[in-house]
Amino acid sequence: MCLAVPGKVVSIDQRADPLTGLIDFGGVQKQACLEYLPDIRVGEYVIVHVGFALQRLDEESARASLELFEQLGLLEEEFGDAWEQAARQESGSEAR
Amino acid sequence: MKYIDEFNDPDLARRLLDEIRATVTRPWALMEVCGGQTHSIIRHGIDQLLPEQVELIHGPGCPVCVTPLDVIDKALEIAARPDVIFCSFGDMLRVPGTDRDLFRVKGEGGDVRVVYSPLDALELARRNPDGQVVFFAIGFETTAPANAMAVHQARRLGLDNFSLLVSHVRVPPAIEAIMTAPACRVQGFLAAGHVCSVMGTAEYPDLAEKHRVPVVVTGFEPLDILEGIRRAVHQLERGEHRVENAYPRAVRDQGNPAALRMLEEVFEVTDRNWRGIGRIPASGWRLADAFRAYDAEHRFDVSGIRTEEPAVCRAGEVLQGLIKPTECEAFGKACTPRTPLGATMVSSEGACAAYYLYRRMTGGPDRQGSRIPREEMNPVG
Amino acid sequence: MADLATEATAEAAEPAVDPANWTCPAPLRDQPVVVMGHGGGGALSAELIEQVFAPAYGNPTLAALTDSAVLGMGGARLAFSTDSYVVRPLFFPGGSLGDLAVNGTVNDLAMSGARPAYLSTAFILEEGVELAVVERVAWAVGAAAEAAGVTVATGDTKVVESGHGDGVYVTTAGIGLVPDGVDIRPQRARPGDAVIVSGPIGLHGVAIMSVREGLEFGVEIASDTAPLADLVAAMLAVTKDVHVLRDPTRGGLGASLNEIARASGTGVRLRERAIPVPDEVANACGFLGLDPLYVANEGRLVTFVPPEQADAVLAAMRAHPQGAGAALIGECVAEHPGMVVVATGLGGTRVVDLPLGEQLPRIC
Repeated sequence: MCLAVPGKVVSIDQRADPLTGLIDFGGVQKQACLEYLPDIRVGEYVIVHVGFALQRLDEESARASLELFEQLGLLEEEFGDAWEQAARQESGSEAR
Repeated sequence: MKYIDEFNDPDLARRLLDEIRATVTRPWALMEVCGGQTHSIIRHGIDQLLPEQVELIHGPGCPVCVTPLDVIDKALEIAARPDVIFCSFGDMLRVPGTDRDLFRVKGEGGDVRVVYSPLDALELARRNPDGQVVFFAIGFETTAPANAMAVHQARRLGLDNFSLLVSHVRVPPAIEAIMTAPACRVQGFLAAGHVCSVMGTAEYPDLAEKHRVPVVVTGFEPLDILEGIRRAVHQLERGEHRVENAYPRAVRDQGNPAALRMLEEVFEVTDRNWRGIGRIPASGWRLADAFRAYDAEHRFDVSGIRTEEPAVCRAGEVLQGLIKPTECEAFGKACTPRTPLGATMVSSEGACAAYYLYRRMTGGPDRQGSRIPREEMNPVG
Repeated sequence: MADLATEATAEAAEPAVDPANWTCPAPLRDQPVVVMGHGGGGALSAELIEQVFAPAYGNPTLAALTDSAVLGMGGARLAFSTDSYVVRPLFFPGGSLGDLAVNGTVNDLAMSGARPAYLSTAFILEEGVELAVVERVAWAVGAAAEAAGVTVATGDTKVVESGHGDGVYVTTAGIGLVPDGVDIRPQRARPGDAVIVSGPIGLHGVAIMSVREGLEFGVEIASDTAPLADLVAAMLAVTKDVHVLRDPTRGGLGASLNEIARASGTGVRLRERAIPVPDEVANACGFLGLDPLYVANEGRLVTFVPPEQADAVLAAMRAHPQGAGAALIGECVAEHPGMVVVATGLGGTRVVDLPLGEQLPRIC
């Protein structure tokens, strides 16, 4: 339903009403309304939908997600056997 | 692009897939609610990479698919008026009303314009003080804050030549309707990440508890979708039914407070018709009384338009996940993307269109034994 | 269930959904008027040709539906093509209407393997348009013709009343000679053929969109508009047995490959990761919800060559300025005839269908 893409806040026009900023989508730049993230700062990443920044992207969470995926892989390599891995999951022990 | 490339990594995708394979022991049916997720699943071929036991049911989360016929007929009538500049998101132009679409209205002289943002429509209203500018305000909770801001600004700036044709829909009542439908097959939900970026997750624990289904808030890149599936399958295998957030980088439990305040001010909850499904109580928003003057239905007196949706195809059952597209008698015969009988075949995110493309290629029987007629497998000429 | 949502109230005691009443409308696909999609290079364009033009004046030459017709005249084989140019805005990053009008027709000729020689130009001017604008377009035509090595041999001008045109429209036609032993057409695609694209895709379409009213965005991208006849000559110097050439303009690479697959009754299999999509194109398409495979190009070609010639042709292309970014993106197969299938980066597959009309920004 909702095509929204991450972009980096390049500049903020504090005088604009509604609050507006320039967002960089990897070399493509477009103005977006920042009114729903009033304390956003230049350099932060936001998720943009139909010209509106809807949420700040949290770097720490993104890193944690990717690390979790990496660990899944490590488990796989460490134990090889999928059954053993499933059993380990089943017993509730988190990946390290 | 940061936050996209990392979440497309094929090695990590393989690890997630291995983990899903290692976890699943029996068949599970998951519904991805959002059309954007359906699009990503088809685009990356994710459904073909999953173990046989994991079935994805494509949900009703495509705003283009579910906008009801009578609202589209109203849009067509308004857009055809000589004093109106009718603005819409691009994908609505192709969706047919009873006997034509917005492209046709444009072809017949209507001033129909594609805009990227509702604020672009507002700007057109500012630059055309002598004309009426109408914005077709469709979409789910993700899009509603943008449309709310447009009408809020219109009132603040005194732009009385601006109005909205509102057809907003909300996800949680749709999930409720799907779960209470007889013969519902859905055992777990991948909730729409960007809806939750706005709304937060507070609406889901009750649904998960009441219907005993896992609800996993899920993003849109391949790794996000695989992680949503992994967590849902993990819960199901353990007999759990919790709300989990598998898209924490863009979703906070409390949502976006500033956007929620704006929604509260501009809209009020109403019943809505969903194309192909029918009326779902409390499943949409309309303009609150304070903004009723900006309601295009009243301004242009089209609220009398009523359109019965003729019974032709089974898109409703597809949207509910009750049947697969291939189980519809019309699928691939009378109903193809070029001659769609239903909304699910119209939009590229629609379940039938997605199935049509994939099954036509493989040509073989799908998991339930349906088969596509030969002539559709061989569209030469 | 036909009650209007806006008139609905909170009396929601009725059952949520009644499966017996789930229905779906039967929309009409056939348009009795021309819509923009008829010019989009997709299925609607094809239907217009098949249903309106072919019945009226169809003939075996026209039926080939190639970019340019190849005609036998006086012992020579002549390539002949015409095209109209209605781009808006007239001037855009990397080029102008004048560049397109020359390069587009030159490239249509080149896609038959021809050496373009002569062009005609016809200008349709709207009353009130500034002469300085017409002059800029004219000079762009002249410069592009010189760069492509063609002569503008004849021309015409018409003026329409204000409001009946869009500033300047240009139509060009061109002729060129097809070398002996060269037989390039979509029908010649064979299973096993290597599929090569001459450089990064989507640049023209994204450059135009970035300056289109209502959509403006900032991007360091210029249209790829360029004449390709010289590149084609370099390829033919390696082998005359080039099977297919196509310049993927409207409808993009996706539409061109579908046309080739349908014309030849073969399938096309692509590797997504091998398709050169510049980051800016991918990101612009990302936020507009477009697929780069359907975005227009004006200085690219896609070719099908026998597998044993692939390396040599690719090397010759890469040695040429217009083919420096050439890449082997897939192959022609006997399976799934008429269809284009992409192996995704994750190892799945998806079908790239013929687009219906023009691509539209989407929100979902």
